[in-house]
This record gives sequence, C-alpha cells and structure tokens, in this order.
Amino acid sequence: MASPATHPPTDSPALAGSQSLGPRPGGSGPELDVEAIRADFPILHQEVNGRPLVYLDNAATSQKPAVVVEAIEGFYRRDNANVHRGLHELSRRSTERYEGARGVVASWLGVEDPGEVIWTRGATEAINLVARSWGDSHLREGDEILLTDLEHHSNLVPWQMLAARTGARLRYLELDDEGELILDDLPRILEGGRVRIAAISQVSNALGTLNPVAEIARQVKAHGGLVLVDGAQGAAHAPVRIPDLGIDFYAFSGHKMCGPTGVGVLWARRELLEAMEPFQGGGDMIDEVHRDHSTWAQLPYKFEAGTPNISGAIGLAEAIRYLNAVGAERILAHEQRLVRRTMKALEAMPGIRLFGPGDPAHRAGVVSFTMEGTHPHDIATILDSEGVAIRAGHHCAQLVMKRYGVAATARASFYLYNTEAEVDRLVESLGTVREIFG
Amino acid sequence: MTDRATPPMKALYQQLILDHYRNPRNRGELEEDGSTVEIHVRNPTCGDEIRLQLRVEEDRIQDIKFLGDGCSISQAAVSMMTTILKGKELDEAFGVTRRFTGMMHGDEEAARDPALGNLRSLAGVSRFPVRVKCALLGFEALQEAMKKSRSREEG
Repeated sequence: MASPATHPPTDSPALAGSQSLGPRPGGSGPELDVEAIRADFPILHQEVNGRPLVYLDNAATSQKPAVVVEAIEGFYRRDNANVHRGLHELSRRSTERYEGARGVVASWLGVEDPGEVIWTRGATEAINLVARSWGDSHLREGDEILLTDLEHHSNLVPWQMLAARTGARLRYLELDDEGELILDDLPRILEGGRVRIAAISQVSNALGTLNPVAEIARQVKAHGGLVLVDGAQGAAHAPVRIPDLGIDFYAFSGHKMCGPTGVGVLWARRELLEAMEPFQGGGDMIDEVHRDHSTWAQLPYKFEAGTPNISGAIGLAEAIRYLNAVGAERILAHEQRLVRRTMKALEAMPGIRLFGPGDPAHRAGVVSFTMEGTHPHDIATILDSEGVAIRAGHHCAQLVMKRYGVAATARASFYLYNTEAEVDRLVESLGTVREIFG
Repeated sequence: MTDRATPPMKALYQQLILDHYRNPRNRGELEEDGSTVEIHVRNPTCGDEIRLQLRVEEDRIQDIKFLGDGCSISQAAVSMMTTILKGKELDEAFGVTRRFTGMMHGDEEAARDPALGNLRSLAGVSRFPVRVKCALLGFEALQEAMKKSRSREEG
C-alpha cells in the first residue's frame, strides 16, 4: 500500500479499492483515477528531449510505484539478512518478509499452498525450470510439445532445446489473420494422444491477443496432457485465478507488473513439483549432504538453490498489493479504452497497418503497427525525439513477424498510468514521422 | 522539410539520406563467378539485414551490389557506401571504413573528410548511439567481404 506519509489515503488509488487479495466482486468497477495513480509513479514526472515523458513501452517493462521502490529500500535499510539460516533478529525479519511475500503471491494467484510458489529470476527461468526438471524425465522420442506461433522466444527456445535433448516433436497452433489462435486445429493435433505438454501464453506481447487459455487447457487435459501458461504479460494485464484456468504450471515475471527486475515465479501443482528433480543444486535446496549424494529439501526450497532475490520478492509482493488494490479488471478495461482510442486514430491515418485482433475487447494494452515507407526503427527514433517511448523490432516473437510477413513492427503498449492525452501525443508524433518520411 | 521535426531529427533525416533509402543505388545481385565474394550480415536485435556482393579483381572493387531490409539509416548508408567504393582499391576501401567508423564515434575531423563523399550526410547519426550500429551494418559486411577476398587471393 502507499505509505500514508507520502500518499494520504484520499489521494491514493491503491487505498481506494478493496485491500483483500481475493477476487474482486462487482466486475470491472468504476474507471481508474489515472491522475492519482500517476502521482504514485515518480519516474513518469520528467521531461525527455524537452517534452513530458510518454512511456508506452510497458510490454517490455513497467514502471514502479514509489511503494515498491520504498519497500526494497526499506528492506535494505532495516531488515537485510540472509533467509532461513540466521538465528538472529534481522534474519528472522528477513525470512518473515520473504515468506510473507510468497504468501501474497499464493493468495493473489488463488492457490492455498505457498509451497507451490517457487521464486525464479523471471518467467524465462520458470519456463526453463519446467522444461528441464519436468521435461527431461517425462518426455521421450515420439512425444509431442504443443506451442503456438504467438509465443515469445522465452516460451519457444526452452522447448526446442528440450525437444533436441529428448527427441520429442514440436507442434504449433497457428494464427489467423487477426492474430488469434486457430482453435479449430486443436482436436486434430490432440487426437493422436501424443501431446504431453502444451505451453501457451496468456497474453501475446507482440499483438496483445488475450488467448483462451482455459479452453485450450480443458481440451489438452482431456487428452492427458499438461498445460503451462506463460503469464509474463498475462499476470500484468489480465486477471489471474489459477483455479479458474485449470492449468498445471504458471510462469510470470515481476518487472512487467510494477515489481523489480530479476524476480519472477513458477507456480505448479504440488504433486508435479514433488515428482520433479531439482533444477539447480546448491545451498538452501538440500536436506542432507554426503560425499557422494544429497537429499532434497521440501517444497518450495528444493527449487530455490542459493541465496534468493529477497528484496525482489518483497518488492514484487508490494507491487501485487498495489495492483490488487486497483483491480486487474479495472486495469484491463482502462488499457482497452486506450487501445480503442489508439486504433481509431491509427485507422484514420493513411499507410498504417494494424496487427492483432480488430476488436479491442480481445486484447490487452498493446497496439502493433507499421507505416508504409517508414521502418519501425525510424518511427521509434522520431517519437523518442518528442519524448514518446515505444518499442520497435520483432519483440522477441519472430514467428509472429514471419506469420504477417514483416521483419519488425512498432509497438505502443499501455498500463494503468497511461492517459488518453498520451495516446494523443503518440498520434501527434506519428504526424511528425509522416511529415519527415512523406 | 517539416515544421514539426526537432533540429536533431532534421539533421538525422536529411533529404539525401531519405533519397538513398527510397531509391537505393547498386541494389541487386552480381552474377557469381570466381571473382565475387558475398557476405550476409544481420543485426539480431532489430532484424536489419544486408547481403553484400563484391567483384574484386587485382585488389580493386570492380563492382558492388547489395540486397537488404531495414531502417532508413542502415539502407541509406549501404547504398551510399556502394557508390563511393565502386572502382576503389581494397586499401582505400579499408581507409573509408576507418574514417566512417571514426565519424560514427564522433570524430569531427573524419566528418569533414572528402573521401567520405555523401556518407558525410550521416554524421548526425553519431548523436544517436542506438542507431550507430545501423549505419555501420553495411561496413561490417564490407570488411568481412574484403577479408574474405584477400584470404582467397592468398590461399
């Protein structure tokens, strides 16, 4: 929560909503008080190249509210010690805050067992953990791994490496012209009975598509496969309730959801984690160590070798409290309002090609586009010269770029602190691009 | 050009650069024979790519062509590069490469060197560190192609 000293309750959107970590009743609720939210993010209040910063690169990483920065700073100022070992006061506090953060994540995901919450460096490490610790011992030649053409490289490459190690085969769900997965192919792919795991993103980082992961999971599980959801974008931009998704593994990163970099989570069902070998060996993950072998610690520590990112976990828990108080449904609805405004303006500009679902209700806050005769890099440079930060490139999703026959796109991505006036600044600066490139 | 663009943008996107971007010179393919070398480079972070072909006879670039896909800076730079290097000895071409690289790293004297010809219009890129590698992509291909050609001569 916002610290009362800096943010009186009446000004803080974090305190305006419910403080419970459970599901929010009453649907999407009222619109966000974006100005109050912006007051919580110190970094937004600066000029870049002589203009007020317009930060529209949230799919790459989000900015951090002051409460998160202060939680991390406060930990190092007052409580820092290693966890799970010291018998002294600071270690007790550090352990309590670190394990408390795990409880915050579990509660936010809607799961009862904090032992199912494994801290990782991010979504990428979480997916690699599953590909190694589950994949190496469960897959063999002839088995199939189901992916989609929408995936970020972090949810492709670990599976390609696993396939190379085990002889398993990669299958893909393809994309339609609007950037939505073609589910009609799913029964045909599954009927062979060889898909052992499906790894699917909840939200596309390149196009913003909200994928029907619960429906895909239902079908895959009906054919005996497991389901991993890459929530790197989903955790930040869509409501997440593990019991509603009906999945086996969920991976996400802290930095895309107002938390610090270098921390993320793997959630998995306990019986799967119990049956998996450790990912890395080292301190904290052992029970007994002998000269020729060791035994493993209980969950979740079996998968947390070495001194963890303690301050990162504490910072992420603070980010979750902050976002939860605002409400995931309200944030998504706000992003969709900004997407609608952006798409409407871009559709009116000649030479603009929009990628992804035509219906803003099918996307989180991402708008990917190209401009005829102008490379996305040039668009990004010109926008930056006017203080507007976007991403240009393949967005670590080269299969998506190939599908639509482009090498790169420009991508504006929104979050809870972006405003309609900022959308207008984006559109205005695209006018400069048009003037320069004609 | 425009009323809206800031001075650094006007310096970066000069008409000459936009002209080479829209109408690249020496774009195409050489017929391959014993005197041609070919190098394909790409910038993995942004996807820009250039396929450069040289015909080198008696240590001289007799012909040069490229195919490429990328931003205005990478494509204009390689287009200008080909117009300057056609007919040059390899040693001269290595010299142009060194001068251009110097200009990209802020060497003002290099930016006045007549040997760089049109390439001097790219001097403004040095103020945009993330775009310097775009401008250097063609020269990266050139250096590798020339080394390949020389090692073949020696081999």
